[in-house]
Formats: sequence, structure tokens, C-alpha cells
Amino acid sequence: MHARSDTPAEQAASWPDDIFALLKRFEVRQVPYVPDAGHSQLINRVLGEPSMRGIPLTTEEEGVALLVGAWAGGQRGVLLMQSSGVGNCINMLSLTQIFRFPFLTLVTMRGEWGEFNPWQVPMGTSTQGVLELAGVKVLRASHAAEVNDVMEAAASQAYDACTPTAVLLSQRLIGTKVFVK
Amino acid sequence: MSKANLLDRRQVVATLLAERKGAIAIGGLGASTYDIAAAGDHDRNFYLWGAMGGAVMIGLGLALAQPNLPVVVITGDGEMLMGMGSLATVGLQKPKNLSIVVLDNESYGETGGQVSHTAATADLVGVARACGISDSRTLSTLGEIEAFATGMQDISTGPRFANVKIDGANLDRVLSNRDGIFVLTRLRGSLGYSPI
Repeated sequence: MHARSDTPAEQAASWPDDIFALLKRFEVRQVPYVPDAGHSQLINRVLGEPSMRGIPLTTEEEGVALLVGAWAGGQRGVLLMQSSGVGNCINMLSLTQIFRFPFLTLVTMRGEWGEFNPWQVPMGTSTQGVLELAGVKVLRASHAAEVNDVMEAAASQAYDACTPTAVLLSQRLIGTKVFVK
Repeated sequence: MSKANLLDRRQVVATLLAERKGAIAIGGLGASTYDIAAAGDHDRNFYLWGAMGGAVMIGLGLALAQPNLPVVVITGDGEMLMGMGSLATVGLQKPKNLSIVVLDNESYGETGGQVSHTAATADLVGVARACGISDSRTLSTLGEIEAFATGMQDISTGPRFANVKIDGANLDRVLSNRDGIFVLTRLRGSLGYSPI
């Protein structure tokens, strides 16, 4: 929910485009999201792609339920959110076990790697544990060069094996939000 | 609990689904799921036994994936209150084939009948309209239910929202299937999708 400072390096980042290309190749149709600055480039690509539907949510748990409906109707989806949103999803994540549907979420991390805002730290610290306790497999990408491989693995196990999967896009990858110089 | 002139929930749901054709019906956690089961099991019934607050979002995902089929979410006031933000999400997407019906007994019937917010102050019809679902109304007669059932077959004029004040009497439970994978796979099968 926070804008990060725009540095030339961020604007030139290619890993969000890698993610977009992979989602397109896996024929992902519904892309629910609660905005995060780390997802902004990907969200813009999704909103500009006729084969995908970007769906803004009021809270992240809506996206878990939406993806059940999408799959029931024959479509794949992916949920984009920030680490704080994982906490909002806990009960709804039951659906990944109840329906064994292809659940994939991409989580931009806060509360780690030089975080300035202490309010982000508790949920950021428990994000991976919360997901794993809910039965979701967690993969992490910390460097731009590994995003493609991690995403390939995540999409394959989520969509081909119905293994609920989260990819944590680390704060180191995204860039720490700068509040003070 | 019974009040005069309030509609019987089973009759409301049976009327909504009597001429359903290909419609997909999602039942929210609690008595709404029993009502759909009581109207008759069907390949396109999607029963929820949990996920409180998620019924409308499941309906939205289905409606967007299957734009040529009517999709109706039938849920209770407590379940709808928990997912009130989803009305804003629906209002933004405006799926023309989605209908939402709230069976409003102004209480949490499944947990002992504690009063809900709709008993006194919360106006779900107003909320839905303010969220961008302009076709949002209260239904209070069986004739209006019949007209709504006809209207929800029109996949070019939604989304629509209806709140139905129902008799609060707790009826015998009619237990639907509660194996989620079975219900999901059966629905997908009826739409032509195979298991992975």
C-alpha cells in the first residue's frame, strides 16, 4: 500500500515483465490484487492485457475466494498482494485444502531487509510461517536473476499439480522503501 | 421467532431455482446452503460449509469465467455482512450475469439466533447500491421473487442485488454434500472441464 521511491534501476526492472510473460504463457485469466508498489509494474501490464482481467479487491481474502470461483468456471488466476495481506487471508486459505484448486499467490515482502517502518515487521516476519501453517508451499525470490526459475516452478506446481503455492518476492529484490535519506 | 407476513426461506429459494435452466447457484455458509439443498441437489449447486464472507467472491469468479451463464449467490445477512467489501468489488467489475440474494432473518440463526446488524441499522440494499450495484432492491412478496427469478436469467442486465426479509424460524437442516472437491469437480464437469 506504499509507493516506493522511483529510482532509475526500479523503472528498468525486467523481472516484473518476466512474471507477466510467464503468467500469460500459463493462460492466467483472473488477476485479483490489493495494490503494492512492488507489484505496480506487473499490475500495469495485466491491466493492459486483453486476455487478463485485473480485479482490485478491498481485502486480500476476497482474492482467495475469487480464485475458487474462477477455477470452478474453468479459469486460472493469481493473487497479488503484500506480506501484510497474508494475515488477512488466513481463514479463507482453508479453501486451498477444501477444494484442492490451483492456488498461486505472489507476495511482495515488507518488514525485512532494512525495513524503516516497524509496523511492517511483525506481519512480514510471520508471513512465511502463516502460509506454511495454512498448507501453502512457499518459494522465495531474492534476486532478479532467479525470478524466472522460481516462477516457473511455482506456476508448474500450482497449476499442474494443484499444490497451493506462494512466491515471496523479497524486499531485497524489490528495493527497500526510502523514507529518510 | 415467526413473524407474520415474512416469506418462508425454503419457498423463496425453491422459487428462485424452479426454472433455473443452466444457472449456477452458490449457497453461503449456514442455512442458505440447506435451503439450496432442500430445493433439490444439482450439478451446478455449489455449497459452502465455511469460508464465511466469501460467497459473493466465489460467485464473481464464476460469473467472470462463465459470462454466458446466470450465476446466483444465495446467502444470509451475517455472511453478507462479513464480506461487505465484496459488494464494492462486484460494483467495480459489474458482471452482467451475476445476481446476489440475501436471505435476511436479521440474526445469526446457526449460532443461537443472536441479532445481526440488519435488525436495527445496517441496510444491505443501500450498501449494494452505494457500491455501484444500481439494480438493488428489497423483495417482500412471492410475486417479486418470481419476477427476480426470471430477471436473473437475463445475462445482459446484471449485476443485481436483492434483500429478502424472511421468517426467522429455524427449519430442519437439509444437509447438502460437504465434500468440497466433489462439489467443485461435479460443477466443473457439468461445464465441460475434466479433472487435472
